[in-house]
Amino acid sequence: MDLESIVKALNLKVRSGEDKLGTEVRGGYTGDLLSDVMANSKEGDIWITRQVHQNIVAVASLRDHAGIVLVQGSEPAKDTLEKAIKEGIPILVSDMSGFEITGRIYNLLINKTG
Amino acid sequence: MNCPDNESKSESRPQFNIEFKIGEKDFNVAGEAASKVKKTLQQLGLEKEVVRNVAIVVYEAVMNVIIHANYGQLKVIIVPDKVVILTEDTGIGIPDLELAMKEGYSTATNEVREMGFGAGMGLPNIKQCSNKLNIKSQVGVGTVLEAIVYLSSKDKKEFFPQNIRLS
Ligand SMILES: Nc1ncnc2c1ncn2[C@@H]1O[C@H](COP(=O)(O)OP(=O)(O)OP(=O)(O)O)[C@@H](O)[C@H]1O
Ligand SMILES: [Mg+2]
Repeated sequence: MDLESIVKALNLKVRSGEDKLGTEVRGGYTGDLLSDVMANSKEGDIWITRQVHQNIVAVASLRDHAGIVLVQGSEPAKDTLEKAIKEGIPILVSDMSGFEITGRIYNLLINKTG
Repeated sequence: MNCPDNESKSESRPQFNIEFKIGEKDFNVAGEAASKVKKTLQQLGLEKEVVRNVAIVVYEAVMNVIIHANYGQLKVIIVPDKVVILTEDTGIGIPDLELAMKEGYSTATNEVREMGFGAGMGLPNIKQCSNKLNIKSQVGVGTVLEAIVYLSSKDKKEFFPQNIRLS
């Protein structure tokens, strides 16, 4: 399933990386501890977090994530957004809680991939 | 401070060196350094697994200097058979290295924990991602970390804890 389908299904707002929405989402990871995400997330994951500072772009880019979803109405900090635009990392935002968005993305991915 | 061992000065001449100065509270330098190193290794056509491991080691080692020490530097040396990642800092040092290596142990402040650092997973991640890890630290003087990632992933992992005086 590509990012765009997830964006549409869950009505996410796109803050950066509009041109990368065709990226295939292979799985997901939810977490706010950067070293945990660094160690345990995988390439192609959509990363769900409430962290909004610049280092999230570094982690997503180093681990080749499909994109980042900020939950509970969080918005990326100004320098985070600038860096995400520069590096072409999609940042998506939602008012949903991390729990809800994780469950809904999980269902989308499972139903699509069987 | 000297390198913890002679790996970085082996007879094979270094092909590539990447160096970064690490400034106090300069949170972005970890990402910048790791992404620069990752791009260089990708351009050299190295194995995905190797690139991933080196990027994680660089990120976590530099982040530790930023969060727990103050100033320091990163050196990444790419020689034909391995990548050597070296950080040196003049920070507070690590009093108990065995404890510091334990997953979940962290002395990070609440302020940086709020930002998602301080899970106590950085050093365990570094150990996991490198074939050799050598840390020398002296309280009040600083810390030298040297990690080696072999270009062929077959070689076995080793860890040398060394809490000894730095010359
Ligand atoms: N360069 C350093 N100088 C001084 N102390 C350090 C240094 N690197 C690590 N430490 C000490 O070792 C502990 C464990 O480090 P580790 O990287 O595993 O976890 P952390 O940095 O606290 O959290 P995380 O890496 O998960 O964000 C640190 O909390 C700190 O006390
Ligand atoms: Mg750390």
